[in-house]
Amino acid sequence: MTLAQAPHGFLAQAQQGFLSPTGVEIAFLLVGLVTFGAAIVTVTTRQLVHAALWLVVALGGIAIEYLLLTAEFIAWVQVLIYVGSVVVLLLFGLMLTKAPIGRSPDADSGNSWAALTVAVASAAALVWVVVDAFRTTWIDLDGPAAGSTKATGESLFQHWVLPFEALSVLLLAALVGAIVLSRKAKATADPAKPTGPPEPTGPPEPTGPPEPTGPPEPTKEGKPTKEAKAAKGGNP
Amino acid sequence: MNDALDVALRLLIVFVVFLTLPLIIGQTEHKVMAHMQGRLGPMYAGGFHGWAQLVADGVKFAQKEDVVPAGADRRIFQLAPAVALLPYLLVLLAIPVGPGEGAVGEVIDAGIFFVLAVMGVGVLGSLMAGWASANKFSLLGGLRTAAQLLAYELPMLLTAASVAMAAGTVSLVGILDAFQWWWLPWQIVGAIVFFVAGLAELQRPPFDMPVADSEIIFGAYTEYTGLRFALFLLAEYAGIVVLCGLTTVLFLGGWHGPWGADGLGWVWTLLKTAVLAFVVIWLRVTYPRMREDQLQKLSWTLLVPLSLAQIALTGIVKVVIQ
Repeated sequence: MTLAQAPHGFLAQAQQGFLSPTGVEIAFLLVGLVTFGAAIVTVTTRQLVHAALWLVVALGGIAIEYLLLTAEFIAWVQVLIYVGSVVVLLLFGLMLTKAPIGRSPDADSGNSWAALTVAVASAAALVWVVVDAFRTTWIDLDGPAAGSTKATGESLFQHWVLPFEALSVLLLAALVGAIVLSRKAKATADPAKPTGPPEPTGPPEPTGPPEPTGPPEPTKEGKPTKEAKAAKGGNP
Repeated sequence: MNDALDVALRLLIVFVVFLTLPLIIGQTEHKVMAHMQGRLGPMYAGGFHGWAQLVADGVKFAQKEDVVPAGADRRIFQLAPAVALLPYLLVLLAIPVGPGEGAVGEVIDAGIFFVLAVMGVGVLGSLMAGWASANKFSLLGGLRTAAQLLAYELPMLLTAASVAMAAGTVSLVGILDAFQWWWLPWQIVGAIVFFVAGLAELQRPPFDMPVADSEIIFGAYTEYTGLRFALFLLAEYAGIVVLCGLTTVLFLGGWHGPWGADGLGWVWTLLKTAVLAFVVIWLRVTYPRMREDQLQKLSWTLLVPLSLAQIALTGIVKVVIQ
């Protein structure tokens, strides 16, 4: 966590070492391995819904890692937003479109090598930045929780308030964009019915709610909606 | 050693509560529904007014064959009931029944977030069941479950946030410590919205579109038999306990009573929870099922604006009294 004060951590580093791991460190490592494994299965499995369910395991594992780092608030928000809402939305989308039981070999993309390259590159960049920035920072697990709701709130609304507000504007833009996309699709598809609730009523098209420009990429359509949900859940 | 014993004892108590309260509510539902409809309800099992009816039901469920459909996704199909049930057990751990830190399974700093987050996970069980059954009715039920969760999670969160603003803390124990009697009229809109949204999240009538038996048989649970089906039913009743307990803690003052009886805090909590559970049953007998579009409309056009208004009101009052 960014909340652990650097000078304090620097002092604490003298007594810390990698050679005699504590119970929490071992647990952290094990949960990390499980999370990593679940993430690998998520992107390699050929069964669509299984991928979403393995994603639950991966996201839940990350929540446990937050807990082990004493960031309790972040952990519960992780469960609330990602496991409780984003994955449910993903499953909803999958069930609305195409979710056969068993393997779906046609669901693979030809871009997997490019995706792998990008993923490895961004992972390397992130790991490098994090290791470089927090190399000398240690979280005191026995002291007062560095990631309690109070500490998180104070740091968020004192030190990080500008990025926080900028992010909320970004999410608002995504929300508005999602609404615009879905409304335009409705107007072109069925001009006779200009009104009506935007959710899953639509009997005219069996493929489900907002498909703006047809088949090209379902991810583009899924992304703003996902962020819109996050905006609704995270903003207040 | 003493600490370990303490933790074990708390876990045991929560587990016993988790096993008994849902059954008591189930039996109450049998009897209350029967009397509201001019019937007697179960009268034979156990002798006195059929008190052991649910025990007999449990024995019956345990004896049934555990069938998994041929086309189903076996492992997910079998895992789904556990995913539906366990979150409610975890939530019960965090609900305080009396004053002080001795009367709660586990004090959690961000209690509100914990309970709402974990309750949301329970819906994954219904989704998994709906998809893995390889049955169109089940899939439809799963879809409706997901749509309902997405619609009603938001007002629930917003009204819970309103209480957290009023109390100045997100800890359930802290909220009860800060409670004053005049919060009741102040937060009444939020309380109603929270309760209604919670009912919808539990898929209780009149929000039982995901299991509408006249349209899609039994929704996501159509293919289940025996113990796994019983687990889903148990999850529903455990959900009622959790929802009523949470509404009590957040909006009705939990262990605070009108005469300030100190040693009897847990009685107040149980009493308020029981009254709310009765209301849940009452609503089931009273109202017809809402249509899917009416469900969505109620949430997005009524409950969400109401909860936003409640947050605004809470903020204004909070600023004024400071």
